[in-house]
Amino acid sequence: MKALVWHGTADIRCESVPDPRIEHDRDAIIKVTSCAICGSDLHLFDHFMPGMQSGDIMGHETMGEVVEVGSGAKGALKVGDRVVIPFTIICGECEQCKRGNFSVCERTNRNKNIADKVFGHTTAGLFGYTHLTGGYPGGQAEYLRVPFADATHIKVPDGIPDEKLLFLSDIFPTGWQGAVQCDIQPTDTVAIWGCGPVGQMTIRSAVLLGAKQIIAIDRLPERLSMAKAGGAITINFEEESVVERLNELTGGKGPEKCIDAVGMEAHATGSIDSIYDRAKQAMMLETDRPHVLREMMYVCRPAGILSIPGVYGGLLDKLPLGAVMNKGLTIRTGQTHVNRWTDDLLNRVVENQIDPSFVITHTEPLERGPEMYKTFRDKQDGCIKVVLKPGANGGLHA
Amino acid sequence: MPSSLVPRTALRGGSQSSHDKLAKTLGYFSIALGATELLAPRALCRAIGLNGLEPVVRAYGAREVATGVAILTSHDPAPWIWARVAGDMADIATVATGFQQDDAKRDNNVLALAALAAVTAIDVVCASGLSSEKGGRKTALTDYSRRSGFPQGPQSARGAARNFKVPADMRVPELLRPEHFQRNRKTSSSSQ
Repeated sequence: MKALVWHGTADIRCESVPDPRIEHDRDAIIKVTSCAICGSDLHLFDHFMPGMQSGDIMGHETMGEVVEVGSGAKGALKVGDRVVIPFTIICGECEQCKRGNFSVCERTNRNKNIADKVFGHTTAGLFGYTHLTGGYPGGQAEYLRVPFADATHIKVPDGIPDEKLLFLSDIFPTGWQGAVQCDIQPTDTVAIWGCGPVGQMTIRSAVLLGAKQIIAIDRLPERLSMAKAGGAITINFEEESVVERLNELTGGKGPEKCIDAVGMEAHATGSIDSIYDRAKQAMMLETDRPHVLREMMYVCRPAGILSIPGVYGGLLDKLPLGAVMNKGLTIRTGQTHVNRWTDDLLNRVVENQIDPSFVITHTEPLERGPEMYKTFRDKQDGCIKVVLKPGANGGLHA
Repeated sequence: MPSSLVPRTALRGGSQSSHDKLAKTLGYFSIALGATELLAPRALCRAIGLNGLEPVVRAYGAREVATGVAILTSHDPAPWIWARVAGDMADIATVATGFQQDDAKRDNNVLALAALAAVTAIDVVCASGLSSEKGGRKTALTDYSRRSGFPQGPQSARGAARNFKVPADMRVPELLRPEHFQRNRKTSSSSQ
């Protein structure tokens, strides 16, 4: 089959690789009908996340049709089922899964010993996202083996286009969890850093959850225009001071809820501290560029909440924890517990409350995936979200 | 947006074009040349007849190393390759001064000038290739101001999920909620 394969920094190729097969009785194989490039895939593309190996198959936003089911998954799935695959692989049986903390499933990371060493304790296995999280082949491919498939799937109805359902795999529940864990009140101002795909979903989630005022921060006009369309007041950090503007919009008190939808790769030349971080990254003295975290900690209203759906990978420097402690801020973060939210979110899509396909700007055949990584990373052509279609031949567009 | 507007940044099926690969090679070359200039300026000057210009050559070495690191670590090496072209011009001008200095080293000097001209040509090819692949950001073509994501309109979406029950582990603890404080204040003031 064809798949997008990682070979090194900024080096992803569309190659022929062996077809996946059932390896365990709880496995299933799906034929991929749509997959997407996630912003967090760019951290792998740029090689800021450790634990990738040449030959790894990329991708963790995938949906398709079940074509083969292991004997242990037959009660839950059958050939022909239409499924979205959550990016977190879950067993559904461990203590964390039973509590709904699916992204820290205790059993699905087959490289648990490495994760234990790096993070202190293991997290769930993830598709196509380093050997720290299991080294599972990803879904930017024609076929995908789904381990623990009886639990790791979201069944979706026929008659709704892939584009409306695909993002249940990651960015929609990620944006939703980013907003939900702020416990938004009708009196709240919610500030969201980053208007990429997760930021856009977070804005829509905050709107649905009824925030009084939503403020979105980015620098790219096309992303800011999409944020504004969703109901946010926008701040272009290249044109005005984020801290001053946020204080101005909140009567000098700062936003009650701050959400980081940027993560480890804050715009490298956007601020002096980011330039400092980039220099340290180049010298391998720091793994992430936490400009957004610093700004959130500083500007958030006392007793407020910081929510961090943005991905961080390792060791960060110069964080103002004094501000966090003295202002009594609460920090909530984590990979998304996808299946905890998807029944509810699927209903919202079916009921036409939201149509997540608004974020798609480019639809291309799988073969053009490697080029689209670069287009997406370099923010060319107004690129915000790329959907890839295995088996399609040229000529697609969104 | 028609897909034809997306620049073909690479050979089909790969994320790295031949210009990307060439830029990487030039980055390593820059560092190697710069290190040589920094560590052995006297030998270099003697070989090509640039007597007395050791400090200049050492400064050029620092420039080469910095440019090489920038090429290898930057997402967009194009400006740094163009910086190399500018550096090549400075190198050519400097080496050309040695042409009049020392007849005995004239052959070496000519050879160095020829090598510099060849490297300059490679730098120009690489930089123009990268610049043309990159294209503009073309943001003027993209207007997403009608993409609300709410089929029934943004107004009807506002607060549509307000009845969503936030899980207990993500709720602000009851005692810290503003309404708890307000409730307590009301109770205590009414009891006075």
